[in-house]
Amino acid sequence: MTAPAAPAAPDQPAPEPAGPVLSASGLHVTFAGRGGRAARAVDGVDLEIRPGEIVALVGESGCGKSTLARALLGLVRPTSGQVAYHGRPLDYRSRELKRFRERAQLVLQDPSGSLNPRHTVYDAVAEGRRIHNGATPDEQERVAEALSRAGLRPPERFLLRYPHELSGGQRQRVVIAGALILDPEVIVADEPVASLDASVRGEILRLLMRLRDDFGLAALVVTHDLGLAWNIADRIAVMYLGRVVETGTVEEVLSAPRHPYTRALLSVLPEAGQEPQVLAGEPPDPTRIPGGCRFHARCPVLASGRAEAAGVAERCRTEDPGPLPAGGAADAACHWARAQAAGG
Amino acid sequence: MSAAEAPAAGAPASRRGLAWARRRRALAGYARAYAANRGGMAGLAALLLIAAAALAAPLFIGPGDLSITDAPGGRFDPPGAGAPLGTDAYGRSVLDLVVWGARISLTVGFLAAFVSVALGTLVGVTAGHFGGWAGNVLMRVTDWFAVLPALVMAVALAAVMTRSTLTIIIAIGVTAWPATARVVRAQTLAVEARPFIERARALGGGHAHVMLRHVLPNVMPVVLAQTTLLVAEAIMMEATLAFLGLGDPATVSWGGIIQDARTAGAISSGIWWYMVPPGVAIAVVSLAFTMCGRTLESVLNPRLRERQ
Repeated sequence: MTAPAAPAAPDQPAPEPAGPVLSASGLHVTFAGRGGRAARAVDGVDLEIRPGEIVALVGESGCGKSTLARALLGLVRPTSGQVAYHGRPLDYRSRELKRFRERAQLVLQDPSGSLNPRHTVYDAVAEGRRIHNGATPDEQERVAEALSRAGLRPPERFLLRYPHELSGGQRQRVVIAGALILDPEVIVADEPVASLDASVRGEILRLLMRLRDDFGLAALVVTHDLGLAWNIADRIAVMYLGRVVETGTVEEVLSAPRHPYTRALLSVLPEAGQEPQVLAGEPPDPTRIPGGCRFHARCPVLASGRAEAAGVAERCRTEDPGPLPAGGAADAACHWARAQAAGG
Repeated sequence: MSAAEAPAAGAPASRRGLAWARRRRALAGYARAYAANRGGMAGLAALLLIAAAALAAPLFIGPGDLSITDAPGGRFDPPGAGAPLGTDAYGRSVLDLVVWGARISLTVGFLAAFVSVALGTLVGVTAGHFGGWAGNVLMRVTDWFAVLPALVMAVALAAVMTRSTLTIIIAIGVTAWPATARVVRAQTLAVEARPFIERARALGGGHAHVMLRHVLPNVMPVVLAQTTLLVAEAIMMEATLAFLGLGDPATVSWGGIIQDARTAGAISSGIWWYMVPPGVAIAVVSLAFTMCGRTLESVLNPRLRERQ
């Protein structure tokens, strides 16, 4: 079979232009809920991940960021819209999907659960390569190389360990090594350090950044932690109730947030140095997305009357600010922020 | 470079060796946990004894001893010097019959349990993995088999097919699997919910990869315990079928001996030594397998072990 070799050729020149490795356009993912109420977990998202770039996807729990991450990897099929890999829509036939998954990898939150307890480190790391290449004679060298790239040195010491004999940070490195053995172009990491000790977090984050710098790896890091996003990401996308409400470079978004939701998130960071702003109203429910701006019921700007003063309060309640385009420019899906920008 | 090559060249042998050492250590741990259970050890001892007797039977039971026409003893000799458990209607030693019968009973028990566990595991893993439409259809089929009275089904199958040991094995095998299928499906669902399944899928693993590399090794302990429990059930079923006259008439089995005793009028004439020994043998072997199965279950399932 020449099938695996032939499509590799058109894949190779594709990364040269700075087009996105992985992109979503108009992506909707709806889950059938109990009692006939559908949960719109992802509700119209455009997002791009370019080569050699770490994008942080930030939002509170239940906002659909994990679903978006899984949809980008083809693990969840979108209800509408599409995911594109190097500009080509993702093909959900199993053979095409398998080829795509050689290039895009997933790192999960809980490293203890994401390793099969009955597999050794060697088996866990070699798994991806065995799936795509079968058992090759150089398998052991590659496993050792992937382990040392993931920072487990000397690799020989870890090959025959079982997951329960490793620390949490080591397990997460094993998971990352299992992704690296396939030389992926993009890694989607869902809360990669949320279950790790603070001391280990830094190491794993530095590893991700080094992989970007040394190997040009693109990554989407899903997190609820803005401080983490600040530390490692190039660009940031803030998600609220299934929609990206603010995007831009990390500096743009975190030093000059436009959307009231981003401001509220930032205000509760200890280093923010301002009065923490606790959001009022009920927590968001993807089965009942409010009309108008989806944030208006909890929006402190609207509640304090500043939106009224800017003359946009009515639009906040009735008009959806619409999804943000995937392009690089900093933008926020907020009538008030747009009015401010136009006015000042 | 040479430093990197040295472990790569030397490692495969030691890697396999180390993996085996680990496996041995894990097995030793299980063996210690098993040995701590007295019921399990008693069951195991009984089984080993019976299996040894069944295997060694041809050494001390000649073909003439079991012949209907030229057996050494007289008709219905009570237990005594010549025959420790007396003789049957044809002058055969009942002890010889029971020992010989163990060969058929154990063979049928093991093979039938294997057939039904293999079938149940296949259906259970498939139904649990695919879920949805296909899984539902499979489980409805399982339900259908589960509500069929197993004995009636086995009698019907044994009556339709030719009378042979193989028929009995198939008849028991196809009626006893629904319980295994349900247990395995439940375990499969539990395993499939764990993140390493999602990781395997994200790595590009297909259905076969997920089922064989991840689900099956994790449901294996349950399957093993289930097998041991099913052997007891299969032996009882075989005895029942043989007692109902559906066994292979050319072979000696425990159920068959009791059936012969009944037709020879042993019950009304008080010839207890013709019926009791095979009955006791059935009870002892079933009990021994059940004790082994329960102990294995508690050793291999850490959640049960903690409770003790």
